[in-house]
Amino acid sequence: MHIVVCIKQVPDSAQIRVHPVTNTIMRQGVPTIINPYDLFALEAALQLRDKFGGEVTVLTMGPPSAEDSLRRALTYGADRAVLLTDRFFAGADTLATTYALATAIRKVSETFGAPDIVFTGKQTIDGDTAQVGPGIAKRLGLLQLTYVAKIREVDPVARTIEAERRSEGGVQVLKTKLPCLVTMLEATNEIRRGAMADALRAARAQIVTWSAKDAGVEDISKCGLKGSPTIVKRVFAPSARAEKATMVDFSSRAPADALIEELFKRQPKLEAELTTSAHGF
Amino acid sequence: MSEPTKAPPAAAGRAATKKELPEHFKAYKHVWVFIEQERGQVHPVSWELMGAGRKLADKLKVDLAAVVIGPPGEAVQHAAAESFCYGADLAYIVADGVLTDYRNEAYTKALTDVVNTFKPEILLLGATTLGRDLAGSVATTLLTGLTADCTELDVDADGSLAATRPTFGGSLLCTIYTLNYRPQMATVRPRVMPMPDRVEKPASRIIEHKLGLVEEDIVTKVLSFIPDRDSAKSNLAYADIVVAGGLGLGSPENFQLVKGLAAVLGADFGCSRPLVQKGWVTSDRQIGQTGKTIRPKLYIAAGISGAIQHRVGVEGADLIVAINTDKNAPIFDFAHVGIVTDAIRLLPALTEAFRARLSPHSRDRIAS
Repeated sequence: MHIVVCIKQVPDSAQIRVHPVTNTIMRQGVPTIINPYDLFALEAALQLRDKFGGEVTVLTMGPPSAEDSLRRALTYGADRAVLLTDRFFAGADTLATTYALATAIRKVSETFGAPDIVFTGKQTIDGDTAQVGPGIAKRLGLLQLTYVAKIREVDPVARTIEAERRSEGGVQVLKTKLPCLVTMLEATNEIRRGAMADALRAARAQIVTWSAKDAGVEDISKCGLKGSPTIVKRVFAPSARAEKATMVDFSSRAPADALIEELFKRQPKLEAELTTSAHGF
Repeated sequence: MSEPTKAPPAAAGRAATKKELPEHFKAYKHVWVFIEQERGQVHPVSWELMGAGRKLADKLKVDLAAVVIGPPGEAVQHAAAESFCYGADLAYIVADGVLTDYRNEAYTKALTDVVNTFKPEILLLGATTLGRDLAGSVATTLLTGLTADCTELDVDADGSLAATRPTFGGSLLCTIYTLNYRPQMATVRPRVMPMPDRVEKPASRIIEHKLGLVEEDIVTKVLSFIPDRDSAKSNLAYADIVVAGGLGLGSPENFQLVKGLAAVLGADFGCSRPLVQKGWVTSDRQIGQTGKTIRPKLYIAAGISGAIQHRVGVEGADLIVAINTDKNAPIFDFAHVGIVTDAIRLLPALTEAFRARLSPHSRDRIAS
């Protein structure tokens, strides 16, 4: 079984700060991590490989420094890493990203064998769009299972997959055919600690590095900023509310009472509503 | 060393790349809202989007249309009829037995086909699990732009859709355009837009469109649907009162203080994103751009600093109360009432004070 996992190297969003005066992003020195959702996808892929044999190829599009994340994926036990990097990819929105990634997956398929499953995380923590998975599926003509909470069964002989997909108000149990694309939900599995042997292998591993041309991109105008139908026109910080918050003095003897007093003063109807609805046990 | 890096500039350069809209897109007119319905229930986000869509259509002086996709029968007809009460000028229906359960293949074909036939200028969908699954596929099939999880929708002087959403992991906002492609697509999370008033209105123009698929054409099969147990359902997005905790609580144990206050107020409880990332609270309780958007009458944020990712999730609340030790925390920029103190100290006192105030006999009961 050949499984391709698409990962993204993202800034650790918990550590991004906005400059208090200039309202600009302070990106320097912010550590990068593998998009956390992608780790659940990687683990799901590794579990299937461990069960059925075969190989896991991790693929990322990004700057040359994204190699770090690929090496980290190898330490978890992935068999091969492919880095898609080219200045032509810069500024890509989701549509342009899916064009590049789908092209690279076709190349992976020709070079290392056709994948049975392509995995991604449900979304990234920097873009948060959840559009790239479905976009890749559509470009490659793959069936898609998004927001997968559990893979129930894969039958490599019958070429089928059964999975639980989170939907509004419940879980949809779906069965479809391989090859397909799966996007994994958070907390779907316990992410393994890589074995020492894998860490050593990862340190020495050759990362397959492809430019747009190497990957077989035929139309460079479909990549990067040029190939992106969406255009970011304005980036701005939200303005503060004109009216400042009323501050309750904590040094008063009963700050909790003072706070409640202030709330009910502002919303006189609230007290009556609370008295009837609240569980004042 | 962290020097400020300039965020991408207002891109006068990029905006100036606007070309004349290609000839084949000039026929695209009108604003559409995808009406999401599953198992006979319309998701309320669809009506919220109708409210937003109405404003866009009025500004553009075009029609607002609802698109309903599902199995033939009462539910779909009712959803289409309801859309008129929420502002639709017309409704498109694609009804077919193969559309009984949501499946990407069939729904993508249904929506793509009506778009290609009737050519909307703007297409809005709810950013639900269904809406995002569908929107990504449809936009890629149509090779057009899609802006996810918008917090504001407007049209500019040229009539282009200006879609605003948080960016950089939620630190800033950005406005995104899809200038030279049609339709312009956007998704919006539930509760981001206010629910418009329902005004009784008869259904008038309903256009039925054939799907042209048979069950054998569709590879994916739905084996079953397991509804969430009532206890597992979080109704956070639609709760009247919400109490939430953030990193300022210091430890997962202290999150009990949030639950304690919520219990006394008959409120629902939530948290900010870092608590989910740390595994203290499950992700269905996350409030913010990537979690739930809420519009309660009262929102109490304990130990939450108020990054924009959180802010856009709570801005619709009538009354926002912030408890934080840092007097410069951004949450005080958008809270209505604030108190600078340690939530761990204040929450138990606040819980007790509310208990006393709301239930005068409770003290007697506790004493006995």
